[in-house]
Amino acid sequence: MSAPLLSVRDLKTHFTVKQPGLFSDDRIVRAVDGISFDIEPGEVLSLVGESGCGKSTVGRTLTRLEEATSGVAEFEGQDILQMPPAAFRPLRRDIQMIFQDPFASLNPRLTIARTLGEPLFIHKLAKSREEARRKIGETLELVGMDPAVMSRYPHEFSGGQRQRIGIARVMIVEPKLVIADEAVSALDVSIQAQVLNLIKRLQRKSGIAMLFISHDLGVVRHISDRVAVMFKGQIVEMGDKHQIFEAPKHAYTQELLSAIPRVASHREAV
Amino acid sequence: MPLLEVDNLEIAIAMRGQLLPVVRGISFSVDEGETLGIVGESGCGKSLTSLAIMGLLDGTPVRITGGDIRFEGQDLRQLNRRERRAIMGSRMAMIFQEPMTSLNPVYRIGDQIVENLRQHQKISQKAARARAIELLELVRIPEPQQRVDSYPHQMSGGQRQRVMIAMALSCDPKLLIADEPTTALDVTVQKEVLDLMADLQERMGTAIVLISHDLGVIAETCDKVAVMYRGKIAEAAPTDDLFARLAHPYTRGLLNSIPVVDRDVEWLEAIPGRVPGIDEDIEGCAFHPRCPRAQDICRRNEPKQHRIGNEHTSHCHFAEEAAP
Repeated sequence: MSAPLLSVRDLKTHFTVKQPGLFSDDRIVRAVDGISFDIEPGEVLSLVGESGCGKSTVGRTLTRLEEATSGVAEFEGQDILQMPPAAFRPLRRDIQMIFQDPFASLNPRLTIARTLGEPLFIHKLAKSREEARRKIGETLELVGMDPAVMSRYPHEFSGGQRQRIGIARVMIVEPKLVIADEAVSALDVSIQAQVLNLIKRLQRKSGIAMLFISHDLGVVRHISDRVAVMFKGQIVEMGDKHQIFEAPKHAYTQELLSAIPRVASHREAV
Repeated sequence: MPLLEVDNLEIAIAMRGQLLPVVRGISFSVDEGETLGIVGESGCGKSLTSLAIMGLLDGTPVRITGGDIRFEGQDLRQLNRRERRAIMGSRMAMIFQEPMTSLNPVYRIGDQIVENLRQHQKISQKAARARAIELLELVRIPEPQQRVDSYPHQMSGGQRQRVMIAMALSCDPKLLIADEPTTALDVTVQKEVLDLMADLQERMGTAIVLISHDLGVIAETCDKVAVMYRGKIAEAAPTDDLFARLAHPYTRGLLNSIPVVDRDVEWLEAIPGRVPGIDEDIEGCAFHPRCPRAQDICRRNEPKQHRIGNEHTSHCHFAEEAAP
């Protein structure tokens, strides 16, 4: 087997919470408390769990938005947690992030062309304005939008369209790993289905590896190859998605699966 | 006589000098002890419908522009403020999505329950406090004697929603309106809260109107369902009948959009396009621009109500054929 694209070993991210009062000790929140996993090139691994389990902190630590307390995360063989910020900067192109809230993650004062052009400029991926425009147009088409929207501003778009623009901004730099944190959770179900299909299609076509962070088990089953279930900062069960969904071993995974309200029971009952 | 009867209700928002319709003539009824689910996506009018029933639209740019709302035979729209206040919070109560914003952060939860009790009943401070502890126990808050003196921020999201339920049930209402009561909660907590609601309903015989975007939640908790799209009821039926025979392409689309946990689906059958804005005019059937079955008649004429079964109705020109 080839080397994994990302290899995480015993990752810990702890936060210190200052306690009020002269004599009280600071409290330590062990958001991520010793987790290990690999992501192969082209693979989709999901981190699933309930609020506060630490899944988002994993994504934020791997993109260096939070500082790791200890552990190793090797991306193509280099430890990305310890390297100085300047050394990490070029890797920001390879490791991209899609966020939950399409209303908060686009700069309202930039046109779509500038929003998508900026990463091209920063990572020196276009030699001329014409080349940048061509790439922006192609990427917008890739995510199912009319290239003519380039001159417009984020407020002119619906939540689903904004999430498509967010995905375009990620795809335009041709990353190797995408970390998607609750990427479809804010969308209405009919729009969520469109965006999920889009992410899956783009992932298949480009072979980009993905760390898909979500609380929604249905969404996770739809998108993943493998699934890691998180609880209180740790991975309690990890495996092929069919194993996790059809033969969950850990009591917490079983509880999660049985708690989901289903339509199916009705359809079979009648 | 049904407990709640909504007849041809119309609601509009005043915007830029004009009245934009958001609820366009919907009718439904709820019997005593029954659970009605109203399901739909953002902007379909489901929450405004619940606020209209509770009389909570005063002071907003939203107003009722037509139709009747009858509760225990009384026309709620004819009541004055004082008469309405006597009903709301006692005969009829409501819980909301975000329990943190519905509870007052600077008062102990016990005091907030006591306040509601004493607003509606002749009851001493001491008796009201004892009743508050009883109610907390009823909604399964551990150590209610101590927790009665907690502040909202000292409780988890699930516990706060239980406190809201305790408060809503404090005066033994005949009708509880729950607007996305579990949407902000984790699935395991959601299950606990839904189980609690079902259990209390059985014991107290409260009727519930449950508003949700989640067909799974609706399917598991409701006796009957109304599916709303763009201010209208697209399809309505007893829950089993609805899922046995989907008679509106929107209901089908909504169902097929949900990624399920119990089997693999390669590609979701998403509904194309997007929910139209409230200021857009659509001729014919409001769903036709997104409908895979749309014909000429759908673009021209607004569909009438078709009756598929005893209590199963659909606003689709092809309601009979839409079912498999």
